[in-house]
Amino acid sequence: MIAQSLADGILTGAIIALGAIGVSLGLQILRFANFAHAELITWGAYLALVFVSFAGAGTSIGPLSFGWPLLVAIALAAVLTGSLAWLLDVLVFRRMRNSGAHTISMVFASFGAALIMRHVIILFWGHGTHYFTRELQIAVEVFPGVRMLPDQIFILALTLVVVASLHLYLSRSRTGMAMRAMAENAALARVCGIEVEKVIRWTWVLSGALAATAGVFLGLTPQLHPEMGFSILLALFAAAILGGAGSLVGAVVGGLLVGLAENLSVLVISAGYKSAMPFLLLLLVLFFRPQGLFGPKS
Amino acid sequence: MKVPLLVANDIIAGYVPGMPIVQGVSACVAPDEVVTIIGPNGAGKSTFLKALIGLVAISGGRVSLGGEDITAEPPHILVERGLAFVPQTGNIFSTLTIQENLAVGGHTIAGALTSRLDRAFATFPDLAAKRHQKASVLSGGQRQMLAIARALMTNPKVILLDEPTAGLAPRIVADVFQQLRRLAQSGVAVLMVEQNAKAALRSSDRGYILAEGRNVIDGTAHALLDDASLAEAFLGGRRHREEAR
Repeated sequence: MIAQSLADGILTGAIIALGAIGVSLGLQILRFANFAHAELITWGAYLALVFVSFAGAGTSIGPLSFGWPLLVAIALAAVLTGSLAWLLDVLVFRRMRNSGAHTISMVFASFGAALIMRHVIILFWGHGTHYFTRELQIAVEVFPGVRMLPDQIFILALTLVVVASLHLYLSRSRTGMAMRAMAENAALARVCGIEVEKVIRWTWVLSGALAATAGVFLGLTPQLHPEMGFSILLALFAAAILGGAGSLVGAVVGGLLVGLAENLSVLVISAGYKSAMPFLLLLLVLFFRPQGLFGPKS
Repeated sequence: MKVPLLVANDIIAGYVPGMPIVQGVSACVAPDEVVTIIGPNGAGKSTFLKALIGLVAISGGRVSLGGEDITAEPPHILVERGLAFVPQTGNIFSTLTIQENLAVGGHTIAGALTSRLDRAFATFPDLAAKRHQKASVLSGGQRQMLAIARALMTNPKVILLDEPTAGLAPRIVADVFQQLRRLAQSGVAVLMVEQNAKAALRSSDRGYILAEGRNVIDGTAHALLDDASLAEAFLGGRRHREEAR
């Protein structure tokens, strides 16, 4: 029972981590809490759904519930959602930045953007739920007492690949290093010859792409609905802050902790309190380590 | 005097439009030259440097590099044109490794940075030993060395430094000034702002004294050091004598 909850927690945590990385990048590089990030997750899922509806589900790959069209859809959704995030910056946030808007104004603008984005989804797809696939899956026993669906194993594996690639990108590539430099000290980054606007653009694109991946994964387990991103919004922030804003490892560990806290708590308390658990954990961590688990001391 | 490389004429600059801190400052620096700007707190020295590197908006005057107008260009263009800046505080990325700090310093350089990294580590052997550690492990003097090494990654023609010796032990202060002297000998134009006025002037060719956002006086470092009334007013001469008594 505990082992199964651990496995479920890691799965939820992996998806939250993918979203929390974007939130964390936003907090450090864009320097505001972007509440529209959750809607990028929803948009990513629905953009993938559009492709899957046109291409058809295809023949299932091995024990998975979906075929190659969903794999293409993930890549396509990542690119399109990245572009959507960039567009959002051009239309809303870049204008505010250039006019010297206060952080609080940016946060409220992100609320506004989130509402519009969510309701455009409702306008096109309605309030109801959608599925990438109607295939039935049989859970397999991965460890004694731990059963997982093949799709869930796929999600964990792909998350691992995405996080590892992102780590390489941030530590090796020139743009990645520029992003980390800007996260710490924007003025110093500028005098190193880093173009701030370019880094901000990449931050949006990258966050959008990661959000889309998280969105498709959420949609696979098991369905899409217009509030899917919004429903995990607070968990994303809890994870990003828990890990220490600005640290990739922090966001990933934060995501896993939030996922585990939610799933393990149902063993002891009523499931109704499940979503409060990440915040209890957050309060505890912030009490002892205000900078988060992996955040730099300031 | 040699032909100046960086020339700033009547610069007006500040953080808030209509409230300039720098109210018409002129200065120039030639290759092979170390030039120091001194003056009391609030004279606009740091703001002047930040205006030259594009961090503070210039609302009047003209800056030229080798005769070409570079007024109001953004920092990344100025860096590409050959300017480098070492801020007084927050001048290294403490969450990045020492090598990553240098790599970020070479952000505008196309192609591999290997030879430039090797050169930086040869110049500052203290940094080489810790190249893969986070820069936060460095001592005050080493941080300053990293900040300067980072700025040199682009092979700048002009290096601007904001109080490079602030908070450093006297022995390390001498090291820093010596490094800057050597840099000038290699053909770089060095323009710095200093509180450590006497020590800075002693290793400079020329100096400018600013007060209330304007030029007060300028001349060769020797002349400024020898002028008794200047010593009283700006170099802390009288205070030092009183302390000695």
